[in-house]
Amino acid sequence: MRPMAQIAMVMNLGKCIGCHTCSVTCKQAWTNRRGMEYVWFNNVETRPGQGCPRQYEDQEKWRGGWELNRRGSLRLKAGGRLHKLAGIFSNPRLPEIKDYYEPWTYDYRNLTDAPLGDDYPVARPVSSITGKPMKIEWSSNWDDNLAGAPAYGDLDPMVERLREQASDKVRFSYEQTFMFYLPRICEHCLNPACVASCPSGAMYKRAEDGIVLVDQDHCRGWRMCVTGCPYKKVYFNHATGKAEKCTLCYPRLEVGLPTVCSETCVGRLRYLGVVLYDADEVTAAASVRDEKDLYQAQLGVFLDPEDAGVRTACERAGIPYDWIEAARRSPVHALISRYRVALPLHPEYRTMPMVWYIPPLSPVVDALSESGHDGEDAANLFGAIDTLRIPLEYLAEMFTAGDTAPVRASLEKLAAMRSHMRALNIGEEPDTSVAAAVGMAPQEIESMYRLLAVAKYEDRYVIPTAAVGDARRLEESALPEGCSLEYDGGPGMGGDGPFGQDSGRRSLPLVSVENFHGLRRRQTSDDPADAEEI
Amino acid sequence: MTDTQTPPTEPGAALLSAGRFFRPGTPSPDLHSVTMTDGREADAFYRDRWSHDKVVHSTHGVNCTGSCRWKVYVKDGIITWETQETDYPSVGPDRPEYEPRGCPRGAAFSWYTYSPTRVRYPYVRGVLLEMYREARERLKDPVPAWADLQGDPERRRRYQQARGKGGLVRASWDEAVELVAAAQVHTIRTYGPDRVAGFSPIPAMSMVSHAAGARYHSLIGAPMLSFYDWYADLPVASPQVFGDQTDVPESGDWWDAAYLMMWGSNVPVTRTPDAHWMVEARYRGQKVVVVSPDYADNTKFADEWLHPHPGTDGALALAMGHVILREFFVDRETPFFADYVRKFTDLPFLVTLTERDGGYVPAKFLRATDLRQDGEGAEWKTVVLDETTGRAVVPNGSLGFRWTTSGEGRWNLELGDITPALSLYGRDVAAPVEVLLPRFDTEGGAHGQGRGAVLARGVPATRLGGAGGPLVTTVYDLLLAQYGVHRPGMPGDWPDSYEDDRTPATPAWQEALTSVPAAKCVKIAREFARTAERSEGRCMILMGAGTNHWFHSETIYRAFLALLQLTGCQGRNGGGWAHYVGQEKCRPATGWATLAAASDWARPPRQMIGTAYWFLNTDQWRYDRFGADVLASPLGEGRFAGMTGADCLALSARAGWMPSYPTFNRNSLDLGEEFGDPVAKAVAELRTGALRFACEDPDAPENWPRVLTLWRANLLGSSAKGAEVTVRYLTPHNKWSIHSEYQDNLFMLALSRGGQSIWMAPQDADAIGVRDNDWIEAVNRNGVVVARAIVSHRMPAGTVYMHHAQERTVGVPKTETTGMRGGIHNTLTRLILKPSHLIGGYAQLSWAFNYLGPTGNQRDEVTVIRRRSQEVEY
Repeated sequence: MRPMAQIAMVMNLGKCIGCHTCSVTCKQAWTNRRGMEYVWFNNVETRPGQGCPRQYEDQEKWRGGWELNRRGSLRLKAGGRLHKLAGIFSNPRLPEIKDYYEPWTYDYRNLTDAPLGDDYPVARPVSSITGKPMKIEWSSNWDDNLAGAPAYGDLDPMVERLREQASDKVRFSYEQTFMFYLPRICEHCLNPACVASCPSGAMYKRAEDGIVLVDQDHCRGWRMCVTGCPYKKVYFNHATGKAEKCTLCYPRLEVGLPTVCSETCVGRLRYLGVVLYDADEVTAAASVRDEKDLYQAQLGVFLDPEDAGVRTACERAGIPYDWIEAARRSPVHALISRYRVALPLHPEYRTMPMVWYIPPLSPVVDALSESGHDGEDAANLFGAIDTLRIPLEYLAEMFTAGDTAPVRASLEKLAAMRSHMRALNIGEEPDTSVAAAVGMAPQEIESMYRLLAVAKYEDRYVIPTAAVGDARRLEESALPEGCSLEYDGGPGMGGDGPFGQDSGRRSLPLVSVENFHGLRRRQTSDDPADAEEI
Repeated sequence: MTDTQTPPTEPGAALLSAGRFFRPGTPSPDLHSVTMTDGREADAFYRDRWSHDKVVHSTHGVNCTGSCRWKVYVKDGIITWETQETDYPSVGPDRPEYEPRGCPRGAAFSWYTYSPTRVRYPYVRGVLLEMYREARERLKDPVPAWADLQGDPERRRRYQQARGKGGLVRASWDEAVELVAAAQVHTIRTYGPDRVAGFSPIPAMSMVSHAAGARYHSLIGAPMLSFYDWYADLPVASPQVFGDQTDVPESGDWWDAAYLMMWGSNVPVTRTPDAHWMVEARYRGQKVVVVSPDYADNTKFADEWLHPHPGTDGALALAMGHVILREFFVDRETPFFADYVRKFTDLPFLVTLTERDGGYVPAKFLRATDLRQDGEGAEWKTVVLDETTGRAVVPNGSLGFRWTTSGEGRWNLELGDITPALSLYGRDVAAPVEVLLPRFDTEGGAHGQGRGAVLARGVPATRLGGAGGPLVTTVYDLLLAQYGVHRPGMPGDWPDSYEDDRTPATPAWQEALTSVPAAKCVKIAREFARTAERSEGRCMILMGAGTNHWFHSETIYRAFLALLQLTGCQGRNGGGWAHYVGQEKCRPATGWATLAAASDWARPPRQMIGTAYWFLNTDQWRYDRFGADVLASPLGEGRFAGMTGADCLALSARAGWMPSYPTFNRNSLDLGEEFGDPVAKAVAELRTGALRFACEDPDAPENWPRVLTLWRANLLGSSAKGAEVTVRYLTPHNKWSIHSEYQDNLFMLALSRGGQSIWMAPQDADAIGVRDNDWIEAVNRNGVVVARAIVSHRMPAGTVYMHHAQERTVGVPKTETTGMRGGIHNTLTRLILKPSHLIGGYAQLSWAFNYLGPTGNQRDEVTVIRRRSQEVEY
């Protein structure tokens, strides 16, 4: 056994309001710069829908993730080592900008600067790639709220799969409408295909917290990682020529702060916590023959922090004490391994993803509710799982390689929880058979309810800080003694403080400095000509 | 089971195997991974990106009433990004906290700080500035210069026609301010201070900014225009029923409800920061019902989705009320409900009946004066029948107790020994009489207003105080007649059962109007009432613009309120109505109001009803297609005969029901100077006709306003109000903007379609050969709009959405229809004035600023959509 710790996330899709605050805050903090206009480390997809980049889930097309070879060993779907070497200068499986969208801006200046004419001036769209006027034909969220579904909904790879099973399974008609939102970030997988794909070894997974990153010094822009990731969460910066990806906001996690997308999530649907796992079991789990077994196999890789033997092994392996304690209080561990309501996204890619999802409930189909049966009967008040609009099979294709049983079990627990809590809400005794039917004790259901509904900030984000010994090395905690406005040369006082200008290593890549100052010039100058980059 | 302990053996693996001696780090036995130490210098890259100098707190002063607290990160003096602050006061251990609030619009706010759309200097229309400077140079004085310009129709026309068409030039603050001041001084001197006006809505979003301008206008005697009614956000039902502008629970109270209906409110979009309460409450066993014409953002959270045709919600609510009255009042008395309505509603009040056309019609409330009582306020005191003694008594708490000295200590709902009788049914003294009630659900009429049909339904009535006394019944008895809930012995035209669709207000009747199946209506009504009974009043209806922006919205809202009052929910935690305004308040309201209205200098301030101001001064009154009598009840007294909307408005001004600025057809300063006793003399001249109200002739040059200041507002865009398929055109709230704010924000545009768009159902798109993202034009007699189509099956057929407010500043080409830039979402709509909103001077129906007034409702519009050429010109 080789215990390791990772900070993992659970997102409760039943709570997502599809607002995209997470996308905007992440964008402003991380990818609000040239070369990254089209990049959204965090994006939110309306389902059914194609996602971004379009149809990324079609691995027959994109060859992302892993598969098993004839011998039952893992192999990158995009090809073995020699195959990849042969195509290293011409990777045919790379999404183009149009698969994401061509980013654009507008000629806003025209609104104030237009000369007197005979009609209202307008700011027309201009491509951020070519600088020329363009027609807008796709965006980062084109099919939001089922926009264009009659035209593109069939291209959703999950819909395609469902139609193979039964042609009437998904109909884009008013009465049968269903919809949910899927926020996505990098999965920070235990078996990352992106890391395995990099010819220069520029990608790495941090040992202390499992965060997967691209080394901006060593990246040579081969872009094999973009192909390798089946979730398409490594992106190419077309200005620097390097790959970049979600960093799980490690500068924040290291000081105990949640990721930006989590903290700003208006729906309060995200959880962050430590998961302990056995690194020696990862390959075996990822290699189980039947892809429907991958969910259970991954559960088997996780270690139970309540087991004293596990805790001892973790200490011996060098995992800090407060991390082990955090694992015991981890809401992610509770939702994944104890309550078993959270499920992995596309386990069949065999990357062992570490951002899991609680599937969403949905309204009852019209046909059934029109019968007018007595809705106050507890059994009928909340729809039976089979009468809910989102097809179980659709959710199963997303979360369990098509096995509907775990999805049904998860939704039944949520429905049972609602039924149990309703009785308490009205001041009546709950029917204990409801909880028992889903294999939970009443206190368990009530604890799960508290975690899903009431959980405070410190209950949703249980993040141990980096070990004390590392504190000095970490910028964020290298605070001066007093307020930065109290001494000359501090930030805000003119000049550089510990966080200003050049707070990283002395010899930062030129691109970073250029971007920052260029941006600043553009932001403050009146004349666009002044803002041209050197 | 795969062997992961021995190295792989396929070709290429040999290379890997050999290479392990040349690579740093420790490989795993299966060579699938390698562990290294050091080499983590690259981590610095993103730490550098994250580094910042400080975090400051702010909010976004936009009109969403969210008032969210944000952390603004600053790096080298530049705002870089924002995240929400989470330090809201705790609501306790057993409820979800408020944090983090916020929304994607707010998260994108800092883009504006440095965007090219930010106006940092004064701009003046070039042609105007040129002409002003010329006159100023010639005449040496700003005011004569402005007068010179105004006196020349040709120069005036030149700058007016240049409006909106580019040609802005930068001016200095001194020059810009001088020009404005000259215009105002000239106007005040020539036409009067009430020909200057200010418009700035929603003080709470930035109190100081609002107050500064409002104070200035008040000090120079210029009116400030109302906005709450103008934006049709005022729920007129609230002043009508409660005499209260609006009061709603904080969003946290949604959590307390056991049954929640979102009715016309797309909470995830319009109440984004607080939407989580609705979501989390479901886990606590709350049942959620969404009523929306489309499968909206909130529909995904519903247990049940009801989708009535847009605007027919009142019928659904009436039918639910029918079920509740039948099953929880008439068939079985429900003590929790009956006790509530006796005390907290007017259901027990006695109403007089007067003879009409062989039957009776309800007239006014019975007053204490009708019982020959006199004394202070007797004319304003209502009467009930005491259940126990059978006598008519006057309970506390009516208007007559409010403003009188003798009423002190009795302006409350303490009933003492009185048990108000809900109904006269079954009493010896009562006999059934037929009451005539209007029906508005019939076909016909030149303008679709119906046939003016009348229903006859029986109520138990009694004559008080002998043969000559007033004939009365209770409000409750009338309510049962209105709702069509029959009791044995009551004559008239009643439905036989829930399935009888001939006559209001059965579940089957509403199905024919709304398309919601009768059985579903019954089910929801029963669930609603049973939950209210079991939870002691914790049913809530969350209402929004989807039901409040219609011409008849106050009746829709009153139908909702009836459901909540009948079931004892209004006024309880977790129960009652929750409108979308009322959370964001000017905290230091009294001091702020004094400052803003300049009441420390002069009282009262001039305040004008916005809707009327725009209706008259943009000449929309000329476009009414029918007179006010078309809207009249068939049982009315014919007072609207020959009157238009503008006539009703003029009447309300003359009667003093509504304020009216510009007021007279003469400069008020002149009136004040000329006369000894200005008020008496003005009244005398009004009587002879020598002095008239300006609103009686709005197009006369001496009567129209001259200078308007707009700040913190966007009036001309968002507020000023097509092979073809004819559709119902609606303008709901946008997900990617907050009204007109953010619609030009690059992040919001990148996350949506990047320009003006109209949502439509596939059936309508197919009918005109339109595919998703095709350019289309929407045309009606009011104007033309060019946009791209969004085709989605979540839209109901026959209805299109153009979310507000997509301004035509971004990505809007010229239209094919006119060859000019088309309009915005309100181009296709028009103001229609509702006469009953002009009532004033009567109990709670008395005007106060933003409390009462005609609403600028604009939802009911029909338009034609057609596909246009896909080649566009900008």
